[in-house]
Amino acid sequence: MELTKDKALWMYERMVLVRTFEERVSKLFADGEIPGFVHLYAGEEAVAVGVCAHLDHADFITSTHRGHGHCIAKGVDVKRMMAELFGRVDGLCRGKGGSMHVADVSMGMLGANGIVGGGPPLACGAALTAKTLGTQQVAACFFGDGAAEQGTTHEGMNLAAIWNLPVVFVCENNQFAESTPVTYHCAAGDIAERAASYNIPGVTVDGFDLLAMYEAAGAAVERARAGEGPSLIEAKTWRYFGHFEGDQVTYRTAEQSADYRERDPIKRFADQIVSRDLAVPGDLETIQRSAETEIEEALEYARSSPMPQPEDCLTDVYVSYPAAKLAASA
Amino acid sequence: MAVTTRTATFREAVNEALVQEMERDPTVVLMGEDVAGGADVEGFEEKGAWGGVLGVTTGLVERFGRGRVLDTPISESGYIGAAGGAAATGLRPVAELMFVDFFGVCLDQIYNQAAKLRYMFGGAAKVPMTVRTMIGAGFRAAGQHSGCHYSVFTHFPGLKTVVPSTPADAKGLLAASIRDDDPVVFFEHKLLYDTEGELPEGDYVVELGTADIKREGDTVTVVAIGRMVQMALEAAQALAAEGFEIEVVDPRTLSPLDTDTILASVRKTGRLVVVDEDNPRCSMATDIAATVAHEAFDHLDAPPQLVTAPHTPVPFSPVLEDFYVPTPERVAAAVRATL
Repeated sequence: MELTKDKALWMYERMVLVRTFEERVSKLFADGEIPGFVHLYAGEEAVAVGVCAHLDHADFITSTHRGHGHCIAKGVDVKRMMAELFGRVDGLCRGKGGSMHVADVSMGMLGANGIVGGGPPLACGAALTAKTLGTQQVAACFFGDGAAEQGTTHEGMNLAAIWNLPVVFVCENNQFAESTPVTYHCAAGDIAERAASYNIPGVTVDGFDLLAMYEAAGAAVERARAGEGPSLIEAKTWRYFGHFEGDQVTYRTAEQSADYRERDPIKRFADQIVSRDLAVPGDLETIQRSAETEIEEALEYARSSPMPQPEDCLTDVYVSYPAAKLAASA
Repeated sequence: MAVTTRTATFREAVNEALVQEMERDPTVVLMGEDVAGGADVEGFEEKGAWGGVLGVTTGLVERFGRGRVLDTPISESGYIGAAGGAAATGLRPVAELMFVDFFGVCLDQIYNQAAKLRYMFGGAAKVPMTVRTMIGAGFRAAGQHSGCHYSVFTHFPGLKTVVPSTPADAKGLLAASIRDDDPVVFFEHKLLYDTEGELPEGDYVVELGTADIKREGDTVTVVAIGRMVQMALEAAQALAAEGFEIEVVDPRTLSPLDTDTILASVRKTGRLVVVDEDNPRCSMATDIAATVAHEAFDHLDAPPQLVTAPHTPVPFSPVLEDFYVPTPERVAAAVRATL
């Protein structure tokens, strides 16, 4: 699959932006500025970016509890993302969702999801809309190796297959469901092998290799857009941080993590595009600096955005409902 | 303008609402197990085998095709979740959960996804989905095909819950549910399908959140839900012979609940009986009684009486099941206990 210079630089820029965002959020969480649960995507950037490189704003994605990378790859505004993590009124969800539910429906980002395996049925629904209305949109469904063991994931893949829906199922196999390794929780070898059960294509890809992700996702998105039905891509990957911020990561060895860091997907892609003359080192430095600036601006935006009013708790439950019936009993 | 009506069954009323809504809005799609039936069977490309397990969706696939009347695998999480995802992205799906007792295998997609998306996204999404589901004892269908459970769904913010008791209400409330921009769970009592009533012709909508007084009276307010409206009306006849005119209030929508109509009736009669086929703990019966006790305590001349199913699953043997379901006799006895 041909890779243009513009696309290569866009993908590098998105990966760097995800990494910079996540590293900053890790510090902000440790400093107590971000409340709640935060699950970081650093290390897995090539997966979201390699898939979203083939999508436009009208396409849909469903995400996971580890959703920041999907948002940024889909082009969601990082200022409003950061404000959402801070629980502010200018957040994407006006402070009602936080990290675990960050969403931008106007960009086709149908929400991070606090329920493991929550996304596949929703992705089928978005794809059903596209198919019914004949819009050519595609739905990419990100889920982890943990979600691979949920019934909803199996039901979703089977439903997408029998209804011939334009879904690309993307399993981000970071090898741990919280602290439980895939070698324990998964009876099969590769999760991609399960595609055979649904009579759809399934491939296993090195999720640290953006070019490989880009190739595999390109084929799957093209197939979906052509009306030929769903596919499954399993990306073998690794999260740099714990399951959640605060996790002491006692279940992996330092050597394992160091080995993955050594093969970092962003560095690897940088080397690939420089050697292919798609970028010069100066381009990459500019992108790095601009990502840092963008995150600092996002942080400034989030910190200066007002907190919601306490009574805002009572809005956005329904499109229409008697307001008096939403209040707590006195 | 006078509304033209004809005598029709509850089943025909539901079917007619679906036909009319699918005709007026091309984004309305139907999905569920055997809503057409016979998918992929030769000769059934353009027609259904069943039209729903009790024939409620008969004729729809013939009229609208398999692209809008979707048979599903027995994957309630998968397709009800898909209905939510489709609703959030531009369709107006009507998903059928064959028996409400099956909610155990798909509740996450209803209450954690469809019901909460709008709130979690700060109002940036809407989920105009209707889940139609069959409720109620009386079919000798035992413990996993006979419950009501509408109180469970009424508990969840983000959902609206609707329980019609007559063909006219079934048609008007289903039309309103499908047109509503929030997720609605629409409960159809299986013993009502063959009951008849006057059905308004043409476009007919009953606003959600409005109760209906099914019989006026001034002695006791009897709030009855779904099929229990019949029990209350039968009890009303027996009580009228004794000289007591009870007022039968049908809430029709449980969320939002039209408490104004219930309270106005209690303020008039000073007495309350609630008739509810659901299990009694944390139920509509306790909720309505608590609301009345809180809002209209000074108007009450007697403790509210609750006529409900027992705190048991629905049993199989006819003798046991008949014991389970509230009867007109029990309603009349409860009314007398308030006098």
